[in-house]
Amino acid sequence: MTYAPETLTALRADADQVVARYPSPRSALLPLLHLCQSVDGYISPDAIAFCADRLELTAAEVSAVATFYSQFKRQPNGQYTLGVCITSLCGLLGGDAIFAKLSEYLAVGNDQTTADGMFTLERVECNAACDYAPVLMINWEFFDNQTPASAVGLVEDLRAGKSVRPTRGPDKLGTFKEISRVLAGFEDGHANEGPAAGAPSLAGLELAAREGWSAPGPIGDGSDSSHPQEAGDPK
Amino acid sequence: MSTLAPLLTSRWGDPQSWTLAAYREAGGYQALAKAFEMEPAAVLNAVKDSGLRGRGGAGFPTGVKWSFLPPPDGGPRYLVVNADESEPGTCKDIPLMMADPHSLIEGVIITSYAIGCHHAFIYLRGEVVHVYRRLLHAVSEARAAGLLGDGVMGTDFKLELTVHAGAGAYICGEETALLDSLEGRRGQPRLKPPFPAVAGLYARPTVVNNVESIASVPWIVANGADWWKSMGTEKSTGVAIYSLSGHVKRPGQYEAPLGITMRRLLELAGGIRDGHELKFWMPGGSSTPMFTAEQLDVPLDYDSVAAAGSMLGTRALQCFDDTVCVVRAVSRWMDFYAHESCGKCTPCREGTFWLRAVLRRIEAGQGKMDDLQILEDIPGSIVGRAFCPLGDGAPSSLTSSLKFFRDEYVQHIDQGRCPYDHTASYLFEAVAA
Amino acid sequence: MSAEDLVTCSIDGIEIAVPKNTLIIRAAEEAGVMIPRFCDHPLLAPVAACRQCLVDVASPAGPEGKLRAFPKPQPACAMTVTPGMVVNTQLTSAAAKTAQEQVAELILINHPLDCPICDKGGECPLQNQAMSTGRSVSRFTEKKNTFPKPLALTAQILLDRERCVLCQRCTRFAAQIPGDPFIALQRRGVNQQIGRFDASVLGVAAVADEAADEAEGDVLAVDGTPFAGYFAGNIIQICPVGALTSAEYRFRARPFDLVSTATVAEHDSTCSAIRVDYRRGQVLRRLAGDDPELNQEWITDKDRFGFHWQTAPDRLRRPLVRRGDDLVEVSWPEGLAAAAEVLGSAKRAAVLPGGRLTLEDAHAYAVFARAVLKTDSIDFRARPSSPEEAQFLAHFAAGAGTGVSLNELAAAPAVLLVGFEAEDEGGIVYLRLREAGTTVYALAPFASRGLARLGGTLLPTLPGAEASALAKLSDAAGPVPEPGASAKGPTSADAVQTLTASAAAALAGGVIVLGERLATSPGAYSAAVAAAERLGAKLVWIPRRAGERAALEAGLLPGLAPGGRALGDLTEAETTMIFGGPLDLEPGLDLPGIVAAVRAGEIDTVLVGGLELVDLPVPPAAATALKGAKVVALQVRGEGISPWADVVLPVAPPQEKAGTFINWEGRLRPFPQVLTSTALSDGKVLQALAAKLGFTLGIGELATVHQVLDRLGPAGRRQPAPAVAPPEAPALGAGEALLSTWHQLVDDAAGLDGEPRLAASAPAPKARLNAATAQGVGARAGDDLQVSTAAGAVTLPVVIDDLPNGVVHLPTKSPGSWVRVALNAANGDVVRIAASSGAKEAQP
Repeated sequence: MTYAPETLTALRADADQVVARYPSPRSALLPLLHLCQSVDGYISPDAIAFCADRLELTAAEVSAVATFYSQFKRQPNGQYTLGVCITSLCGLLGGDAIFAKLSEYLAVGNDQTTADGMFTLERVECNAACDYAPVLMINWEFFDNQTPASAVGLVEDLRAGKSVRPTRGPDKLGTFKEISRVLAGFEDGHANEGPAAGAPSLAGLELAAREGWSAPGPIGDGSDSSHPQEAGDPK
Repeated sequence: MSTLAPLLTSRWGDPQSWTLAAYREAGGYQALAKAFEMEPAAVLNAVKDSGLRGRGGAGFPTGVKWSFLPPPDGGPRYLVVNADESEPGTCKDIPLMMADPHSLIEGVIITSYAIGCHHAFIYLRGEVVHVYRRLLHAVSEARAAGLLGDGVMGTDFKLELTVHAGAGAYICGEETALLDSLEGRRGQPRLKPPFPAVAGLYARPTVVNNVESIASVPWIVANGADWWKSMGTEKSTGVAIYSLSGHVKRPGQYEAPLGITMRRLLELAGGIRDGHELKFWMPGGSSTPMFTAEQLDVPLDYDSVAAAGSMLGTRALQCFDDTVCVVRAVSRWMDFYAHESCGKCTPCREGTFWLRAVLRRIEAGQGKMDDLQILEDIPGSIVGRAFCPLGDGAPSSLTSSLKFFRDEYVQHIDQGRCPYDHTASYLFEAVAA
Repeated sequence: MSAEDLVTCSIDGIEIAVPKNTLIIRAAEEAGVMIPRFCDHPLLAPVAACRQCLVDVASPAGPEGKLRAFPKPQPACAMTVTPGMVVNTQLTSAAAKTAQEQVAELILINHPLDCPICDKGGECPLQNQAMSTGRSVSRFTEKKNTFPKPLALTAQILLDRERCVLCQRCTRFAAQIPGDPFIALQRRGVNQQIGRFDASVLGVAAVADEAADEAEGDVLAVDGTPFAGYFAGNIIQICPVGALTSAEYRFRARPFDLVSTATVAEHDSTCSAIRVDYRRGQVLRRLAGDDPELNQEWITDKDRFGFHWQTAPDRLRRPLVRRGDDLVEVSWPEGLAAAAEVLGSAKRAAVLPGGRLTLEDAHAYAVFARAVLKTDSIDFRARPSSPEEAQFLAHFAAGAGTGVSLNELAAAPAVLLVGFEAEDEGGIVYLRLREAGTTVYALAPFASRGLARLGGTLLPTLPGAEASALAKLSDAAGPVPEPGASAKGPTSADAVQTLTASAAAALAGGVIVLGERLATSPGAYSAAVAAAERLGAKLVWIPRRAGERAALEAGLLPGLAPGGRALGDLTEAETTMIFGGPLDLEPGLDLPGIVAAVRAGEIDTVLVGGLELVDLPVPPAAATALKGAKVVALQVRGEGISPWADVVLPVAPPQEKAGTFINWEGRLRPFPQVLTSTALSDGKVLQALAAKLGFTLGIGELATVHQVLDRLGPAGRRQPAPAVAPPEAPALGAGEALLSTWHQLVDDAAGLDGEPRLAASAPAPKARLNAATAQGVGARAGDDLQVSTAAGAVTLPVVIDDLPNGVVHLPTKSPGSWVRVALNAANGDVVRIAASSGAKEAQP
């Protein structure tokens, strides 16, 4: 391994914390790979060796896992992954155009990184935000209801060093390495930022409130106060 | 009966809904207190009696699944929450966990108490960082408040809860693949038997449940099985979140008693965008056969949808209007399955690869009439031959689209091009290049 | 098997009763029905991944037991039969036939049509099943998935990824059988492939300042790739397509041109069943045979690839006779005459026949020595040895018949390995213990990689101190604390005591395995006999070499008669039957005694068998001695003999003769002559020599040996056990250490000559010692350590491991570490250690 001694010391300390979360050390492999991405910006040969060493696996066993999951990158990733959802719904509702625009604007193709190391463009599969289509995930934060122009605007802002705010996420977008550390299970203190939900998430709730629709109350005597959650009484 | 019945979604409107304080304010963790006054078996029976069926797609009765655990043998048993929400079109668990993580945690604690689990896991897909933040934060809060750890809520019940982020693999939504992934392996499904209830995580008895299922548990415990059964249909009890997306005016989450129709939901969502008509819709995610306007009155419960030839799945209602080329949509889904096939079994690995190639060619105007035979035949080589249900579901959209829109495939082949303007389906005005 | 353990079911209408838990695919085989398959392998856990074996299944269900059909066809390789189950395969079910044809079509879409140039063509399950189950014309017109080819998984094993059907037999073998997961599935979906971690293959960007990227714990092979274990070659054999090929065999033959002979391997004392494939008199490959009681369907890479030695360039074809400084080729009559002259004029002779003999050849030496050369100075142990060992072997092994079998060893409640490294020195013994999950303890200086993969428990023991460790173990029989089993070994003295006590308890009814390096551990055999008795354990002796057990049976030790009796115990009639007349011999000498006597001029003539001086405890002493004596050598190969032999008579290697090994179990392992050959066995040569010298001896035939052994009857009175007291632990001075050493399974053995790829895949030799000992001499991990004696030095890179203080471990005969040649030292000897600044010692 070519990690500097202080990097290795820090990695080892973090790895111990990760391993301690699980009854069996091997369960720590995915978070450890995320952790290594937070150091190297991708799954480097060092990362493979580090995880193999820490978990007493062979390098083949580690790379078997590292190359299975699409979030683990085999080439140094840009500071920002621009993940354009191109699965049928987002893609046909405009994701295709967004991807094409970004590709043209950045002059990179799928899974390629700009020469300045800022952006990695990626076609991503459904990211569970279909009611916000078309969706752009930058470093796995939600940028909802995008257009080609808005996507390019985000890229321009990032390039200009401006702070960019995800639609449903922290106040300020983190770098790929920063969010990789979160994915390794280390809190970054931004959980309380951003909204609880976007408008589509609340569509039914707000309609029900307007219409006065609710679930039935608890069965039986209303004095049964053991029930905490007043059914059908959305706040 | 009200048309919509927000329960799981009921707290999402609070601007701080994810915090412990807001959750408590809304009555949170009182179902847990009630559960602790019951015997674990009584909690299990309440969920069993409620008829709650798994909200992750398969619809297996949740309480029955719990009851498959063998009697305690002194060794550990685990609860694993499947928060890998990855089925295309499905977008309910992610907003739930972002807005209301404590409802899931409360469900986890109650469920763990019911099944005798002392270390539970939430396996979250890795591509949603902010949801992971919210879950980690909620677990920290819960631990600090004595809701997790040694002596939950002052009882002698112990529970550890680990929130684990995956790393991008659709297959991990399959419960045994998820367990392998949680064990630090490639997420490839396991041979069954043994089922997870007997030998799951670390080969110990394990319950794997969907987020929405577990988040429903506090409601059932609080209000009783009969109350839950008073909603929905006889065999599809309670409420569930319907996720409308696509060419509807107001896409989003609509929580309603099971059995509501798509026609009604479409009305609630403002209908298809102006100037267009519904062409086809997916009732339960891209792995379920598509429907057209003809099925708008099918009650969206497990059995009615099955009887109509599809599956309720995850109630991921993706709506496509008349601007959409079905070949393009299906081709894109096949890209998805080929990309996400784990590679373990031949039919899914090779079959999706083949179908992807053929569909891409047809869509690009390079199809041959012989290709239609391949499209008719190869799904039959995958369905019922694949190792796991994800393989079985992969050709659903293709096969159903051939049933409804075979002409459109022929058109592509005959004309040597796609007859649709691809920009017409965009939600924004296509800007001249 | 009792009736309740049987399940009756029907397969294609054939009623069949099979043991419970039998898989459908196995039951079908019993019924004579062959279901196509790829991923299925009877010795690997089912995965049901390829889906080729789908069949229709119905089982009785409900209270009335009405047959209920499974809605989908089921994988026959993963479902067990149940009572009343009705299975319809492709032969009787259209649905099953269709399903299999559909899967076959998909399996073939990405498979290249390169059968004409594929090694597997002609013996390929995929080819066969494509014929039986595939379509005659492919409907797949898209671009096939292709890969650059081939990849070297090891120096010996090549992978053509596009041929692979991803059945995972290879990765499952590696993980499940030897526990060497050096390869795994990589990537996903249609890009999924078998492989080790190879950054360039997997498209992983190198680290900026390019450097070694191996994990510290990785064991590397000699060629710098990750060590793949000693059993990796098996994956070539079980690959059901042509994806895995042997670099050695690739493109060299068509299976249908080969002649296959079932035989027995010569490289270790298990004597595994193998199959030798040859064409026009040339052996092209060796494969594992199938012997459920021994090697099952696996063999070591040494047994698989190590056959070139038999046709090495130095292979002797004609006798050699010394003319001045040179050995010159002569005719057989001349050679025999010259040898007879040397032997006939001997004043006092000795015989060193080596440890690789068949029973027939060993018997010939035994008789020839006593009857013709009139000497009892004979010793088969071409390695460090001791009188205590000889006494133990005569007491315990010789003439004892079949003792503990490999099946019994694997099924034992616990096994204690003493001076025996199961993987390196036992090969298949290791595999079977691992497969059975046997509880294993080891008295050894450190937990080897092999012990760790056995899940074994180390009882840390200084090399040479096995006797006192065994005594402690015997004393510990009593109440037992729970074992904290850990291959890392215990850390505190208390823990050692606890472990020792639990090992002692576990060994009641267990087996104590004794290995060859105990020969230099004074008192060890004596203590083992006592310990076995006190613990209620059985003993088994597992030598490394294939011929040692037969040598014992034949009596190739001083004072030892065939069948395990003392020479002096034979009646006159028995002596005459065996040796053709009465014997009147001086007491014989063992190998060190012979060497000393030759040097002292007391022995003037030596008859040598397949002996390599470099394997002797002090090679230079032996060389000097032999140079000064008249020597007749019976050798397969010539290298190394010229300085000291006077007459050399070529003998046949195993593949050119028939014979019988006796494996460590005591089991006869007869083998046929594989190749047509004019080469003579040792026995035949000795018979001819005896005739030249005027003796008519019935030697060199199995029938003769059996006649002798049968007529001698059971050994009767056992010879007494040794009773040697344990020595004092040697005091170590500054810079001194105790040497721990054994042979790696793949090393510089002469039997692996001519196989550079296998040599390159052997584990890279290292010097192992603990951190404190290393620090004591200023060496760190990766530094070169010089290990020396008065005779010379070995210099190897340091690996820090959990050894006791003051112990250094070296492989005995690996590249750069020929311990006996360089150090004239054996296991347990005191050596000097120092951090090395100079260049490595030249290869001996």
